[in-house]
Amino acid sequence: MSEATVWLIIAGLGAGTYLTRFVFLGLVGDRPLPDWLLRHLRYAGVAVLPGLVAPLVVWPDATGGQPDAAHLIAAAVTLAVGVWRKDVIQAVIVGGLVFAGLGWAL
Amino acid sequence: MSGRSPFGLGVARGLPFIVIMLPFGMLFGVLATEIGLPVAQAMGFSVLVIAGASQFTAVQLIAEGVPAAVVVLAALAVNLRMVMYSAAMVPHLGSAALWQRAAVSYLLVDQTYALAVSAYEDSPAWTLRDKLMFFAGTALPVFPAWVGASWIGAALGGRIPESWSLDFALPLAFLALVGPMLKTPAHVTAALVSVAAALAFAWVPWNLGLMIAAALAMMAGAEVERRS
Repeated sequence: MSEATVWLIIAGLGAGTYLTRFVFLGLVGDRPLPDWLLRHLRYAGVAVLPGLVAPLVVWPDATGGQPDAAHLIAAAVTLAVGVWRKDVIQAVIVGGLVFAGLGWAL
Repeated sequence: MSGRSPFGLGVARGLPFIVIMLPFGMLFGVLATEIGLPVAQAMGFSVLVIAGASQFTAVQLIAEGVPAAVVVLAALAVNLRMVMYSAAMVPHLGSAALWQRAAVSYLLVDQTYALAVSAYEDSPAWTLRDKLMFFAGTALPVFPAWVGASWIGAALGGRIPESWSLDFALPLAFLALVGPMLKTPAHVTAALVSVAAALAFAWVPWNLGLMIAAALAMMAGAEVERRS
């Protein structure tokens, strides 16, 4: 990808993201949103991130796309710690240590 | 709240987030340079987009060589939740001057939003000025930490040994972000549908399978919520 294309991506993503933050506070004000729209927006985060991660965990590049125990176990542990502790940093640290440990052990 | 000014209180509440911003920002900087982006572009992301998960998404898709428009759409989808944040600020800051609302919008990220909403609910006596000062206080540590950490990571990027297998750092970071989001059966359903559909539609070109999965998952989450 050319450097100019990446700048175009940065500009487009920056403008679009700013608009998602400005749309109500700056433009719409306190006019009510339709309930169905709010209901869908509430799930945007959990709808995108797991789908983005799933192929990277199941078919990792590092193994040439073959499912691999270290990747699957480390992913499960990271998710479990995140759900249990409700803490992003603890989950990353524990998951990273498990992945490193399995890479050394297996 | 022991006589502290709203601004000082905001700074105090924002400071602990540096612990989160530093490693995440550095990881972003490292990954951005690892896929071949110059330091200026890594910084461009952190200053103009200021949204970690969507920056990671964009970098991942750029590395996969996905068309630029699809990169922007997929990364924007991650940020749709910000529309909710913007709406939540209206009852508190809707009467501020336009430039103030524009500035708050620029700095309205997960951390500043969460801190502001809970403080505004705990302190109903605050004036508009108090609320704006608190928000500015929370942003003071959070924003420079994100930008500074991205720069450190981008500057270090090329010096990280290959054997650290950083390629798996991105999936781990995303999974760690998702864990605390799984608050209700509707959230869990949306996440499961997202995973199943992303794997099932992985063959669709240009990563559009991810967009299909995200749309189906949002519909599933909303439907479970409506029925409960």
